[in-house]
Amino acid sequence: MRAPRRPLRILGVGLEIAVPIAVLVLWAVLSRDGSSFYFPPLLDIFRTFQETWLFTRVGSDVVPSLARLLTGYAIAVVAAVVIGVALGSSHLLRRMVDPVVQFLRAIPPPVLIPAGILVLGVNSTMKVALIAFVCFWPVLLNTIDGVDGVDPTLRETARSFHIRRRDRLFRVVLPSAAPQIFAGARVSLALAVIMMVVSEMVASTNGIGYFVLQSQRTYAITEMWSGILLLAILGYALNGLFLLVERQVLKWHRGVRAGSV
Amino acid sequence: MLRVEHLRKVYGEGTRRPFEAVADLSVTVAEHEFVSIVGPSGAGKTTLLKCVAGLLPQTSGAVYLDDEEVIGPPEKMALVFQDYSRSLYPWMTVQDNIAFPLRRRKLGKAATRELIQDTLRSVGLGEAGAKYPWQLSGGMQQRVAIARALAYQPEILLMDEPFASVDAQTRADLEDLVLDLRDRYGITILFVTHDIDEAVYLSDRVVVLTPAPTRVAEIVDVPLARPRDQVETKEQPEFAHLRAYVWRSIKRPEHAATASV
Ligand SMILES: Nc1ncnc2c1ncn2[C@@H]1O[C@H](COP(=O)(O)OP(=O)(O)OP(=O)(O)O)[C@@H](O)[C@H]1O
Ligand SMILES: [Mg+2]
Repeated sequence: MRAPRRPLRILGVGLEIAVPIAVLVLWAVLSRDGSSFYFPPLLDIFRTFQETWLFTRVGSDVVPSLARLLTGYAIAVVAAVVIGVALGSSHLLRRMVDPVVQFLRAIPPPVLIPAGILVLGVNSTMKVALIAFVCFWPVLLNTIDGVDGVDPTLRETARSFHIRRRDRLFRVVLPSAAPQIFAGARVSLALAVIMMVVSEMVASTNGIGYFVLQSQRTYAITEMWSGILLLAILGYALNGLFLLVERQVLKWHRGVRAGSV
Repeated sequence: MLRVEHLRKVYGEGTRRPFEAVADLSVTVAEHEFVSIVGPSGAGKTTLLKCVAGLLPQTSGAVYLDDEEVIGPPEKMALVFQDYSRSLYPWMTVQDNIAFPLRRRKLGKAATRELIQDTLRSVGLGEAGAKYPWQLSGGMQQRVAIARALAYQPEILLMDEPFASVDAQTRADLEDLVLDLRDRYGITILFVTHDIDEAVYLSDRVVVLTPAPTRVAEIVDVPLARPRDQVETKEQPEFAHLRAYVWRSIKRPEHAATASV
């Protein structure tokens, strides 16, 4: 996994920047005359974007959306890692709960919204709970796998050196399972964004999803597009942030993999 | 003193295909003694060592360390695994790997650092402390595993083919290092090797095992003078005689016959 040669790398970075720009330019040119009601000129969308999101509606829509997303996501990750470590450490426990896990996981998430409204009401708690529920499974299953897959020699080494329980958990089991936990958490992050939007479309009085749906209903097509654009940017940024953290935490893992090729 | 009494180990007991690795094995290792175990591949040497280390429950028989029955890893024992590369924690640097078992000893930061540096230097890795295991060659990793066991300052050291993947010169150096440490700290050593020369050179006694299900084929006393020397010791006729003797003991047909049972 050597880094590509310099000219190649420059070409890669160049393309990474050039392709999105080209797409935007194409979009701007094709939509320029505003002949289509559903596809307003890109520049109009940008203007609306600036008026709407910088920073008029940040407090009223973006912050509530992001707060729900991050709260639900954090609850899910923490709960899934804690429970996943417990389940991954015990074959018996795992076999007991496996059918339940598989069953609950099979529920298509949006279908839980009506039930959520019924039980928790049309409020933030419902949305946070929904996001948490959906994000929980990928992290849980990956944590179980990761914990179960800790190299037996590493476990025996810890045992023979009388490594304390807490160190064994935080310095052996969790780091060893970390690559898989992160893979699960990344999947969950994408799900969290989806669930945030969906839950705001069905039952909400604020949030980006709510805004997009309202705009569409009131034929504010440019506003609708600006909301979609914002969601894309947010999703992109969240993923980028996630990768940054992952890269830092799993530095060793990339090293191991690079070494074994 | 270490006493192994009628140790028997059957893998997969109660399954359809149980495998008897160790049939009936008794051996004692006196304080400060250096005992080597030689035997063909698959004889059950690692199995024996893991039972002695309290990592693997035996089927029957018992292990005593200073008259206390071994039921889990004893505090004063360290084990260098055959699978050295998988016994190092890839998310820790070399010095963190060595420091990890010392954490609960609370030696103080400066003392720990000094101890680590000393042991690293003694295995010829004074410069490698800040590297990660996967940045080192196989032989260097093996020396890190040895350094970790030495820094743990055990009273009894179990080593499972610890020099298998180092070059001849390093191997000779490490052999002398282990002998030197034994003299200095009075460590008791139980040492598994494939190499008959190495076994004779290092040991007070050599235990020859039969193929699995293993028993003691023979215990050979090694009355060579100490301190030993790579050149002088090995040119003695007594040395040549002993290694030939051990060699024949391993190859003896009646031992091979039990293997096919
Ligand atoms: N977990 C296990 N389950 C079943 N059989 C096993 C297990 N571990 C080892 N064995 C078998 O027990 C026998 C002894 O294995 P062991 O690893 O102790 O041999 P060894 O003498 O250390 O060999 P080597 O010199 O190659 O390291 C082998 O035939 C092996 O296949
Ligand atoms: Mg072995």
